[in-house]
Amino acid sequence: MRPIFSLAIGLLFGVGLCVAGMTAPAKVQGFLDVAGTWDPSLAFVMAGAIGVGLVLFRIARRRLPAPSHRVDAALVVGSLLFGVGWGLVGYCPGPALAALSSLDPKALTFVAAMLAGTGLHRLVGSLRDTAAELGGERAGEAGACGACGA
Amino acid sequence: MSIDWQNFTPWASLLGGIAIGIAAGLLAARSGRILGVSGFVSGFFERDREWTARLALIAGLVLAPLVVGAFTAQPSAVPDVGWTAVIAGGLLVGFGTRLASGCTSGHGVCGLSRLSLRSAVATGAFMASAMATVFVVRHIA
Repeated sequence: MRPIFSLAIGLLFGVGLCVAGMTAPAKVQGFLDVAGTWDPSLAFVMAGAIGVGLVLFRIARRRLPAPSHRVDAALVVGSLLFGVGWGLVGYCPGPALAALSSLDPKALTFVAAMLAGTGLHRLVGSLRDTAAELGGERAGEAGACGACGA
Repeated sequence: MSIDWQNFTPWASLLGGIAIGIAAGLLAARSGRILGVSGFVSGFFERDREWTARLALIAGLVLAPLVVGAFTAQPSAVPDVGWTAVIAGGLLVGFGTRLASGCTSGHGVCGLSRLSLRSAVATGAFMASAMATVFVVRHIA
């Protein structure tokens, strides 16, 4: 990755989020509120992104390792926890980062808490690695990520 | 259930989605990387030789609303929720996405585009729990 190229990719991705309405937490929650007055717009975001993605990722498939199909507890529990946070606030990681430009205290606090959550996961992973080493087991046998085996 | 026709933006959302798909697809085709925002955030803690490139992508993401805002009025990017929800939500999003090795972009866009079963399960799980959370907050609590 060249920095100037990844800056352009981040910009295009972020502009897409803005145009799509993903950067408005109220709109995201309006999509998630299927029992209320439902705004289905974000289903169109997924359709547009995946429609293009199916073609481009097929072209790019030689550049990437084969996709994993492994389903484990960490994947399911982690995704469920992520969904609770996403529903509570209306931010997933991309829109949360984009919202930093507003310099709003709530956006800044959310990103700080998100970094803390990321750091906590790394800490749990390294603690488990240390415990495994002390126990004489081979640390990291399950994979690079000590906490989830990914 | 009734449709919120007032806020429904199918064309803008489709167009924005296409831009997201192009960004993710180009990064994969040119750099062989998955555009997973939670992964890029996690990479902030890893001082390897791609640190600058990852930070540059995040910088582009942060700058994007300013660019779009220069051309057209943007809806509020600030969540209308209390501080407890902001902090708890941030922690859950940060921890959960790393435990699951992906979020809406990595699993929801890239993984589904690659027809990964793993990403389909993740996307189903976080969509379901996000909808359940909004249901509890808006219609029960």
